[in-house]
Amino acid sequence: MATIAPLAEAVAQVVRDGDTVAFEGFTHLIPFAAGHEVIRQGRRGLTLVRMTPDVLYDQLIGAGCARKLVFSWGGNPGVGSLHRFRDAVQHGWPRPLELEEHSHAGMANRYVAAASGLPFAVLRGYTGTDLPAQTANIASVTCPFTGEVLTAVAALELDAAVVHAQRADRHGNVQLWGITGVQKEAVLAATRSLVTVEEVVDELEPRPGAVVLPSWVVDYVAEVPGGAHPSYAHDYSVRDNDFYVAWDAISRDRDEFAQWLESIA
Amino acid sequence: MTYTSDEMMTVAAARALRDGAVCFVGIGLPSTAANLARRTHAPDLVLVYESGTIGAKPDRLPLSIGDGVLADTAVSVVGVPEIFNYWLQPGRIDVGFLGAAQLDRFGNINTTVIGGDYRNPGVRLPGAGGAPEIAASCREVVVVVRQTRRAFVERVDFVTSFGFGSGPGEREELGLTGAGPRLVITDLGVLRPDPDTRELVLTALHPGVDLATARERTGWDLKVADDLGRGEPPTDRELAVLRELTR
Repeated sequence: MATIAPLAEAVAQVVRDGDTVAFEGFTHLIPFAAGHEVIRQGRRGLTLVRMTPDVLYDQLIGAGCARKLVFSWGGNPGVGSLHRFRDAVQHGWPRPLELEEHSHAGMANRYVAAASGLPFAVLRGYTGTDLPAQTANIASVTCPFTGEVLTAVAALELDAAVVHAQRADRHGNVQLWGITGVQKEAVLAATRSLVTVEEVVDELEPRPGAVVLPSWVVDYVAEVPGGAHPSYAHDYSVRDNDFYVAWDAISRDRDEFAQWLESIA
Repeated sequence: MTYTSDEMMTVAAARALRDGAVCFVGIGLPSTAANLARRTHAPDLVLVYESGTIGAKPDRLPLSIGDGVLADTAVSVVGVPEIFNYWLQPGRIDVGFLGAAQLDRFGNINTTVIGGDYRNPGVRLPGAGGAPEIAASCREVVVVVRQTRRAFVERVDFVTSFGFGSGPGEREELGLTGAGPRLVITDLGVLRPDPDTRELVLTALHPGVDLATARERTGWDLKVADDLGRGEPPTDRELAVLRELTR
């Protein structure tokens, strides 16, 4: 059963140096506050996993928390490039960043395999592209029924998953709705998990299309209103598009970025 | 009304979508074009976004692929594994709309790295996103890209999304179910693959664009259709709706 704890304690319990950790969210419900706490706690050597590493991962990479990134699309959505990510890849600053690169379909299926307790997933994917030549976790597999050759991707097993959701109840059952991305799969693919929520309520009212994570698959819940900012929480907040635009200038320059880092210290 | 070359490109891309088609939409120009089409000639266009929103009817242009307005207006919102596995992979999508940092004469797309080698690139780009499987599994693909010598290259530095490889028969050999690129729409005109060689051929120029410019902004020896067409300028209505969407 999930423990409801303050953010700093929950992050300290869930994310450790050297972990393979996903802070998931597909534009919506990105766990920014938890990521910033990881920066404050000075975690190092993380393998960061995410389908769409955006501004939060730019921040974690620029702060020197990461040694590797497993991903399928890295950019500032609607704005442009991630400059801290580029600086790490092209110049090794503040430290070199190893990449493992996939397509969205491949990443999604890797999470599904891990959540399902399977060693790999099967898909029609990557065909004809240069990605398999660069990525060890993509292979081919022959269907035992038809003989058709398909693509296999290795399960994406995580040490830790961190996601944001709208609500939890006092038992730690978690409810999220709107665009739910791969958050359920990430939590089920992880050994340890933390969910930050907008609010802890007495009872979860049923919502159309909501995903519910039962308390017994979640380790920690932390109440962090606005914890997805500048991303958003459907029915609680709207995306702060201005921040994403402003991030472009902050992240282009190492000194500007250093000042931003101090601002969250 | 006067208009920009980007507006012409967006209008031309919107016109390429028939009413009732199911369209897998990426953010940026493809999304603008698809939303323009839905508000003009194609009110029953079905917009599917990779964030899992099926049949979204946004009342304003979404600023990101996971904008709340997509979830609020969708017929159904599903998880990301489902959108790729149940909806894209089996061929349920008519048109995939893609952009490109580099595009080559056989319609292959690069959005990964430019220059250097993969481990030590000249420029690191965002990567694949949903594009490899969109390019593989949609019934057809429409590419929207500004035509420059930097973008239109003889051979892409990295194949992120497969077009026709290096010629005829390759998609079939690889077992790809979709037909691949049907149209490439640029700020200068329209290219289509030759049915025999699969090489992209310039089939139409937008109004006011001359052939020399199109050749100059292509990094290979551009083939031109015998019956090279001339596109229609944006109508006042198309421009008004587009500007309302993007203001």
